[in-house]
Amino acid sequence: MVRGMAILLLMQFLGEVISRGLSIPIPGNVLGMGLLLAALGLGWVKVQWLQDAAELLLSHLALFFVPAGVGVMVYFDLIAVEWLPILVAMVVSTFVVMAVTGWVAKLLDRGRAKDVR
Amino acid sequence: MFDELLNSPLFGVGLTLGVYALAQKIYQRTGSVFFNPVALTIATLIAFLVLLRIPYETYALGGQYILFLLGPSVVALAVPLYTRRKEILARKAPILIGIAAGAVASVLSACGLAWLLGGSTEVILSLSPKSVTTPIAIGIVEKIGGLPPLTAALVVLTGCLGAICGPEFCRLIGIRDPAAMGLAVGTASHGIGTARMLEVDRLGGAVSGLAIGLNGMITALVLPFLILLFL
Repeated sequence: MVRGMAILLLMQFLGEVISRGLSIPIPGNVLGMGLLLAALGLGWVKVQWLQDAAELLLSHLALFFVPAGVGVMVYFDLIAVEWLPILVAMVVSTFVVMAVTGWVAKLLDRGRAKDVR
Repeated sequence: MFDELLNSPLFGVGLTLGVYALAQKIYQRTGSVFFNPVALTIATLIAFLVLLRIPYETYALGGQYILFLLGPSVVALAVPLYTRRKEILARKAPILIGIAAGAVASVLSACGLAWLLGGSTEVILSLSPKSVTTPIAIGIVEKIGGLPPLTAALVVLTGCLGAICGPEFCRLIGIRDPAAMGLAVGTASHGIGTARMLEVDRLGGAVSGLAIGLNGMITALVLPFLILLFL
C-alpha cells in the first residue's frame, strides 16, 4: 500500500516537473498517468505493487471532487443572474457530448467488426 | 476555542468524510441514481455552510487535503488502463476519434447555447471546458481568461450530471457496449462519471478513465481556436 502510494506520488511529481518545466498546458497528474502507463509497459513497475493503493483511491474517486463542487457557493450571485444560459448550456451540452462520442465510437467499431469478417 | 477548531483542517476534512459516508449509505439503501453520493454530499455541505454562515474559505482549510488526493487518483487510472490494454488497443481508432468528436462537440454546444441565451463572456469562457477534468479545465480557463473557481464548480456539476444519468442516457439512445458507454460518459463527465462507470463495468471504467486524459489534452489544444467563433 505504502509502496504503491509512493509510486503514484512520484509519478505525479515527475509529471508536474515536466508540465511546469516545459510549460505544457497538460496538468502534471495527467502526464503522471502517462508516465506510469509507460513504466508499467516497460516493466519498471509491477502492477501488483500498485493494486491496493490504486483500488483505494479509485473506489473513492468521486469523494475527491467534493471540495471543488462546494466551491459553487462562492458564485451563487453570478449564477443567480445567469442561471438560464449556465443551466441549459451545461445540461444540454453534456447529453450532446455523450451522444456524439458514443455514436461515433459505435459507428467506427461496427465498421471495424465488418472489416474483420 | 470553538473558532479555533472551526479554523483547523479537522473541520473541513471531518465534515466532508462524515457527510460522504452518510451519502454513500443513503445511495446504497435507496439504490436510486438521484441520490448520487457526490451530488448529495455537495448539496448537503453547501446547505450546512450557508445555514450556519460559515464561509467557503473556512471549509476549504480542510477541503484542500481531500482535493489533494485527486492528483494521485488520476495517476492511478493508469492501472485499469494497463490491465485492460489489449481490449483498448484493439479499439484505438474508435476511441480516439470518438473522444475528439466529443471534445469539439462539447466546446461548440456549451459555448453556442450559452451565447444564444445571452450569457456574458465571462460565463461563456468559464463554461467552455466544462467536460474536462478540473485540473486541466482550470489551466485552460486561466489561459483564455474566464473565472477558474467558477469553472471548477461547473466541471464538478457536469460530472455529477453524467454520473447520475450517463449510463441510463446511453442505454436510452442505443449505446450498450460497455467500452462505447465508458467512452461517452468519461468524455462528457470526466472523473465523477468515471467513478460511476467503474461501478457499472470495469472495462467501461478503464476506457472512461482514458477519456479523461485524452479529452483534456484534445480540448486544451483545440479550445483556444474554437472559442474565437464566439468572441
